[in-house]
Amino acid sequence: MSAPLTEKTLPLAAPRVELRTLDTLWFQVAGTVCNLACTHCFVSCSPTNHTHEMMTLAEVRRHLADAATLGVREYYFTGGEPFLNPEMESILEETLKVGPATVLTNGLLLDPARCARLKALAGGSEYSLDLRVSLDGWDAATNDPIRGTGTFDRILEGVRHLAQAGLNPVLTVTEVWRESGSDSGKEKFFALLRSLGVDRPRLKVLPVFQIGAEAERAGAYESWQRLRAGDAPEDGWDHLQCSSCRMVTDQGVWVCPILINEPSAKMGEALVDTLGPFSLNHPACWTCHAFGVSCKT
Amino acid sequence: MTLHRGLATWGEKLVPLADFRRASAKTGQRLSAAERAAAVRDYAAPLPDATPVEGPWSRIAVFGGVYNNHYGLSALLEDAARRGAEAVYCLGDLGGFGPNPEKVWPLLVQGSVRTIQGNYEESLASGREDCNCGYTDPRDNHFAGISYGYTARQCSPEFKAWMGRLPKRRRVRVGDRELLLIHGSPRRINEFLFASTSPVPFLEALLDQHSCDGLLCTHTGLHWHRRLPSGRDVVSAGVIGRPANDGTTQVWYALLEARDEGLAVELVPLVYDHRALAAEMLQEGLPEEFVETILSGWWTTCLEILPARERAASRF
Repeated sequence: MSAPLTEKTLPLAAPRVELRTLDTLWFQVAGTVCNLACTHCFVSCSPTNHTHEMMTLAEVRRHLADAATLGVREYYFTGGEPFLNPEMESILEETLKVGPATVLTNGLLLDPARCARLKALAGGSEYSLDLRVSLDGWDAATNDPIRGTGTFDRILEGVRHLAQAGLNPVLTVTEVWRESGSDSGKEKFFALLRSLGVDRPRLKVLPVFQIGAEAERAGAYESWQRLRAGDAPEDGWDHLQCSSCRMVTDQGVWVCPILINEPSAKMGEALVDTLGPFSLNHPACWTCHAFGVSCKT
Repeated sequence: MTLHRGLATWGEKLVPLADFRRASAKTGQRLSAAERAAAVRDYAAPLPDATPVEGPWSRIAVFGGVYNNHYGLSALLEDAARRGAEAVYCLGDLGGFGPNPEKVWPLLVQGSVRTIQGNYEESLASGREDCNCGYTDPRDNHFAGISYGYTARQCSPEFKAWMGRLPKRRRVRVGDRELLLIHGSPRRINEFLFASTSPVPFLEALLDQHSCDGLLCTHTGLHWHRRLPSGRDVVSAGVIGRPANDGTTQVWYALLEARDEGLAVELVPLVYDHRALAAEMLQEGLPEEFVETILSGWWTTCLEILPARERAASRF
C-alpha cells in the first residue's frame, strides 16, 4: 500500500478548496457493485467489488433529512448500477418529494415496465427526474471493448425503452476515444439517439480519470499531475465541483464522486461533519481542474 | 476483469476489504452534537447586505427580460398603471433577441422603472465579448452570440454607461414584507432558478442566508411562484421580451400587493403587438428562429439549459 498522500509527503502544499455551498449531493446508492466491469471505471466497479455496499432507503432518508437542513439543491444517484439496488425506485420516490434527482445508469436494467414506472415517478413530482445512460462508443466495435461484449445492443435497447416511455435520457460518454468529445463524435452520438426515437438528443462528455480500472487500462497519473497552491485561478476554486458537492456512501461522506476509493478523501460520518475545506492532494483533482470537469449534467 | 472477492480497491491497489474499511472508519470528522449545531449555524449564517430598503409600497409590478421588446415594455407600463402599481421594477436583461435596443431606454426612464442589472447589462457595460447567459450547448451559444453581438453594436456608449450604473440588487418593502430583487439568484447574476430544480429546502435556506421575506428573479425566462412552508415567497417574475414557451404569444409579469393576510402574488399574462415586433425583427435581419418564437409561443433556442421537467413541457 502506498504511503497516504498528505501535505507533508508532497513537495509543495496542495491548495485547499472551501465548500462554498452544498448544492449537489451524490449517493453511491449501489456501492461499487455493478453488473458490468468496464475497463475504464475509475472506481473499478464490478459484480464482485464490495468496497462500498448498497445503501438502504433508511440510510438515504437520514442523509436526505440532513440535506434539507443544509438547503441542498439537487440529488444524484450512482454506483455501480443504481437499479441493482432493490429499493432504488422507492429511494427515487422519496427523493423527488424534496428535490430534483438524476440517476446515472448503464441502461441494462431499463425494461419497458421499469421505464413506465420511472415516467410515472417523474410525472408525480414537481421536481425534475433525469436519467443518464452510459455508452462509450457509437457502435459495438468501439463500445464493447470498454463496457463488455454485447453491451452496445443492450444499452441501446434500454435507451429505446426510455424514449418509448416518454423520458429523454442524457447519454454519458467518456473520452476513451479521442473522437468522442469532438464535434464529429458528438454528431455520431446524436444521430444514434435520434435513430432510437430520442428526438431531443442530449449528451454529457466526461474525460477519463486515470485511476481504478482505467489506470490499469491506459496508465496511471504521472507525478507532475498535481495541483499546487500557485495553480489557484484568480477567482478561486469555485469551478471545481468539490466547492459545492459531497458524496455519501454506506461508509460515510466523501468529498466527491471520483475519490471514493481513497480513504483519505472521506470527510466525515454525516453531512454536517463535512462543511469544511478539502485539500486537493489527489492527481484526479488535477483532471477536474485541467479539464473543467463536473460530474453533474 | 479484476476479481474483488474479499478485496477492496484502494487507489490503484487491491487490499483486503477490512483494511480499506478500517482506514475509512478512521478518516474524516465525527463532530459532537454541539459541534454539529455550531457547524450548521456557521454554514447557514446570514450574509451582511447593506442594500437600502425602498418603499413601503402597497402594490408593485415586477418584470424582467425585456430583450429589446419595446412593444412589450409599452404594454407592460400601461397594464401596470391600469392595475394601480405604485412602483414598477425591472429585474434586468434589457437587451438580446429583439430589435433596436435603444428604444427601450426612454420608456424605462419616462416610466420611472426601477431597474437592476441583469447579465446583459453587466456584460454590455463592462465590454464583455459575450452575454454570460450561462448556456452550455454550442447551438444555444451560437444564437446567444447573435443576440448579444447585435445588441452590443446597436447600443450607444451612453446607454451602456447607464446600464453600468444600475444596482445589482434592490430591497423593497411591500406592506410588512421585505423582498430581495435580483436577476438570477442572490448568489450569482446568471444562476438559473427553474421551478423544477429549485426545491423548497434550498429556497428556504437561500432566503435565510439573504435575510428576506421574499425573492424575485427572472433569469430563466419562465414565470413561477412558490409559497414556502415558512410563509415566504419566491417569484420568478417572468419576462416581457418573449413568450413563456407555452404555445401562446403572451408574455408575463408579476403583481405583488400588501394585504391584511400577507403578500398577494399574481402572475399576469400580457398581450402586446407581437406581430409588429416580429415584423421589426425581420426588418433588422434577426434570425428566423427568434421570429418563430415570437409568433408561435414556443422557444426554438436556449432549450438545452431547460431541466427535464420544463423540457418535457416544451415543443422543441
